[in-house]
Amino acid sequence: MRAQFIFGEVWVGLRRNLTMTVALIVVVAISLSLLGTGLLVVKQVSHTRSLWQSKVELSIFLCDKNPLSPQCQNSGQATKADTNRIESTLKNLPEVVSVTYRTQAQNLAQFRKEFASNQVFVKSVSPGDIPASFQVKLRNAQADAGPVTAAVTGMPGVDSVGNDSTILTNFYRLLDGARNAVIVVAVILIVAAILLVANTIRLSAFNRRRETAIMRLVGASNFYVQLPFLVEGMIAGLFGWLIAVGLLVGAKAGLDGFQNYFPFRAQLSVSDLVEVVVFTMVIALLLCGTTSFLTLRRYLRV
Amino acid sequence: MIKPGRPRAPVPDSIERSDGPVIHFESVTKTYPNQSRPALESVDLDVEKGEFVFLVGPSGSGKSTFLRLILREERPTDGRIYVAGRDLARLTTWKVPQLRRRIGCVFQDFRLLPGKNVYQNIAFALEVIGKPRRFIRKVVPEVIDLVGLEGKGDRMPDELSGGEQQRVAMARAFVNRPMILLADEPTGNIDPATSIGIMKVLDRINRTGTTVVMATHDAAIVDSMRKRVIELEYGKVVRDQSRGVYGQAY
Repeated sequence: MRAQFIFGEVWVGLRRNLTMTVALIVVVAISLSLLGTGLLVVKQVSHTRSLWQSKVELSIFLCDKNPLSPQCQNSGQATKADTNRIESTLKNLPEVVSVTYRTQAQNLAQFRKEFASNQVFVKSVSPGDIPASFQVKLRNAQADAGPVTAAVTGMPGVDSVGNDSTILTNFYRLLDGARNAVIVVAVILIVAAILLVANTIRLSAFNRRRETAIMRLVGASNFYVQLPFLVEGMIAGLFGWLIAVGLLVGAKAGLDGFQNYFPFRAQLSVSDLVEVVVFTMVIALLLCGTTSFLTLRRYLRV
Repeated sequence: MIKPGRPRAPVPDSIERSDGPVIHFESVTKTYPNQSRPALESVDLDVEKGEFVFLVGPSGSGKSTFLRLILREERPTDGRIYVAGRDLARLTTWKVPQLRRRIGCVFQDFRLLPGKNVYQNIAFALEVIGKPRRFIRKVVPEVIDLVGLEGKGDRMPDELSGGEQQRVAMARAFVNRPMILLADEPTGNIDPATSIGIMKVLDRINRTGTTVVMATHDAAIVDSMRKRVIELEYGKVVRDQSRGVYGQAY
């Protein structure tokens, strides 16, 4: 096995086929980075979901002194007895993990904290505008919200039930849609990349038909005849992968930046990125190696 | 004068044989797909180790098919072929390269690599079969001298005459010391004066013990060498003379 000879042949092949090689590298880079971005988004969604899962609460607002909703106009301000009844109902539900009572003052403070960046918004709200509430943690934020809401709705003293996860559901739908679109485009591009690899190798085999004819004639083994082409395809794939790694680092930075818009940051770790990068490398090598090998079997028969 | 086919040694039923003829054809027929007339028809012949054989006959008589069968570029439709003791029918695909390492080939069109110089063209044949560089550095200059190209190792093919290019091709075919050298019209593109030099090189190669099979149309060369002549016509052996000439009229 003479590495120097093989790499010399590979270099000649890549150079003679420069335009094809560049096209191949670009397509591999784009398809891999899209695929990798899709995988990063998948990870991001599941991270975000599990992080928010623990923070999502059901807010059961109680009627206060000046009721606005028809519900509260009927029952009037929540009495001490109403409040106790609501609390015990909640605590007896199997779906409920914990119940916390929050006074009007606490809710106002929380509101001011969450919207600290928007002072106009904060100033427009005066004490007494935000009712007292029960903050309920659920066993499963998605599935348990319905039954718990149904159990307390209509009880005297209950104004309305707010569910954080209805907002999140829409957000998840958006993320899932984006992920699916990215993966569909990535798969189409991977098909294009496979065809390009096959074509590049075929052209390369054609360009070097004199050399390969002589190699066969003097009794070079299949391995020797085919290896330069195989290595050629794989090297082009690896170059594409290297570019894709750069793009993926950028994509991760983008996803991290996106987190600034949310109250809880669910950043991907470096090991998540490394995992995706390694996965795309395996894909690149498999894609280029297998395609080159299958093409060679057709065009370089002994 | 037509000589009957030579008596054949019985062929033992094994893949490898060390003694006996280097090329052994046993009622070999080759019909190409979509053709009614066979390119070779029940050919029986032996070529012994160290022989020099001319293969003559008009175009389309089956000379090239004969050479391609020896190289196992084609498989016979019928019959058996032994080359260098190997039964080609039993040779697996991945062992074909090993067979070809024992056969050198020279063509009418030289088939040199235009981007490599003389030395590199010859070394290429050794590189691709994985020979160590030290070995290559030793044998390539030797074979350059043998074919009479002393001092021309760094010339590019397009700086050489046709005769010199054919010498390079012969050096490349011979550098791995093959058992058999196949030459398909090696003087076809070369003027008669230069052809004599080519034949001298082939003769020199033959004297090292290498069996040479040369397909040719060149009557003058065949007549002057007085070697064994096998004549093919319509795929059949019509003449096999041990010290023959090109035409039958002599």
